[in-house]
Amino acid sequence: MTDLLLFAIPGLFIILGALIVIFAKNPVHNAMGLVLTLTSLAILYISLNATFVAMVQMLVYAGAVMTLFLFVIMMIGVDKPEQTKEEIKGQKLLISGTLILLVSVVVFIGLENGLNWNLLFPQSQDTFEGTPSLLASAMFTSWVFPFEVISILLIVATTAALALAYEFRKRETND
Amino acid sequence: MSPEIILALIKPLLVLGLLLTNTIILIWLERKVVAGMQSRVGPDRAGPFGILQTLADAIKLLLKEQILPMKADKAMYLLAPIIALVPSFLIFMIIPLGPGFELTIGQESQFINMVGADINVGVLFFLAVSSLAVYSVVLAGWSSGSKYPLLGGVRASAQMISYEAAMGLSLVPVILYSGSMSMSKIVESQSGYLSSPIPIVDSIIGFIPNWNIFPQFLAFGIFFIASIAEVNRAPFDLVEAEQELVGGFHTEYSGFRFAMFFLAEYINMFNMCAITATFFLGGWLGPTFAGVLPPFLSAIMPTIWLGVKTFGLLFVYFWIRATLPRLRYDQLMELGWKRLIPLSIIWLMISSIVLGIREFGLPWS
Repeated sequence: MTDLLLFAIPGLFIILGALIVIFAKNPVHNAMGLVLTLTSLAILYISLNATFVAMVQMLVYAGAVMTLFLFVIMMIGVDKPEQTKEEIKGQKLLISGTLILLVSVVVFIGLENGLNWNLLFPQSQDTFEGTPSLLASAMFTSWVFPFEVISILLIVATTAALALAYEFRKRETND
Repeated sequence: MSPEIILALIKPLLVLGLLLTNTIILIWLERKVVAGMQSRVGPDRAGPFGILQTLADAIKLLLKEQILPMKADKAMYLLAPIIALVPSFLIFMIIPLGPGFELTIGQESQFINMVGADINVGVLFFLAVSSLAVYSVVLAGWSSGSKYPLLGGVRASAQMISYEAAMGLSLVPVILYSGSMSMSKIVESQSGYLSSPIPIVDSIIGFIPNWNIFPQFLAFGIFFIASIAEVNRAPFDLVEAEQELVGGFHTEYSGFRFAMFFLAEYINMFNMCAITATFFLGGWLGPTFAGVLPPFLSAIMPTIWLGVKTFGLLFVYFWIRATLPRLRYDQLMELGWKRLIPLSIIWLMISSIVLGIREFGLPWS
């Protein structure tokens, strides 16, 4: 019972936040909807005993990334509501078709399994807590190569962004 | 009801009462201290030494009309003061106020932990929740629909992101040194006295308590500066610079909503000082005078020690506010990105090398 509540309440907030992200007209409201989704996701991680991942999720996504989003929105001053005109022809039709397909797949799985919760959410027997040392030993022993490759990728991306911005500024000052 | 549930209900209520009372004292104390440093009298009308002045101000704010600006974004405008207040209460829940003890009523015996919630990644929780506090300032600034608050909000988001990075990096060596991210374990790791393998040095430093501030003095400096910037206090109070921005992000707020921002600011300040004391000054550690004082007094001595350390740091905050002029915006950014962050990374490298040598010996031996 407690498990279901711990799953259902953050789950509802995740869906609510996602709906705000899609349907709200104001960019700041969209961003705050995303914050709601990310924070509720962190609570789901806590209910899965992964406190470290939950805290990192809050710190990095809800804290740093989304603050930067808001900062950019406020700096550029996108205060007017978004245009709701169709950009691609038949956009709305395609999206609603995809949505109907997805929902029918979910309903089909539900009917096939007779709404069996245990199958959709298999009960985990592991009760260990996701400590930082556990994560670190996994990351720096068996997964050290992907970890390093990702770090190089991120540095390349940062350098590229810097180079692009620098080129742009040099051209501006020359004119 | 099980004792755990009763405890979980009592603890937040106690924290609420403590923090609200504490804020009243804190505001009065700040006005008195700053007044003393500027050769003024300060509040002295309401009650003895003017101690009821804050209470009178609070009642005034509660009874005032709450104005909703015409151009305001209503939902965000109403949400911002709540977002300001909630993280400040959450952070206090993880500060260990003393060692746990066994409470026996009749036959029942229950272990009471003097922490709201003793989670194993307390340091990260503190950083995560304090990063959520940025939203209150940004949203309040943006949703007021007015120029000054917007400028205050933009400044705040830039400042708080910059100094959060320095603050987080300065805590990493402390975590490495203590070997844990749990606040209670960090306090316990600071018990005892400093020691050294060299006998002469050992006899000189042997009486100094084993607080993190001595081996991690640079981390303490960086953390202290970054924490002042994080709670937007002078000399880093560009967010609400009165001369340029009227009142900054809370210009358009009035009545109780303004009081909520004010409350959050002072609770955050108190939290920051208590956390600095926990990380660097040994938290609740201190002599309990177990034989000299009556047992009840020596049992609450740890909490009193934490209070003494916290209020000592708060006095430094007031002192800095009364002494230093405000930084210019470019100076603030330069201090954060070009001085504090590189310095904390260098310090992190030095302390990890020292810790590695202490743990595994020299690389060639």
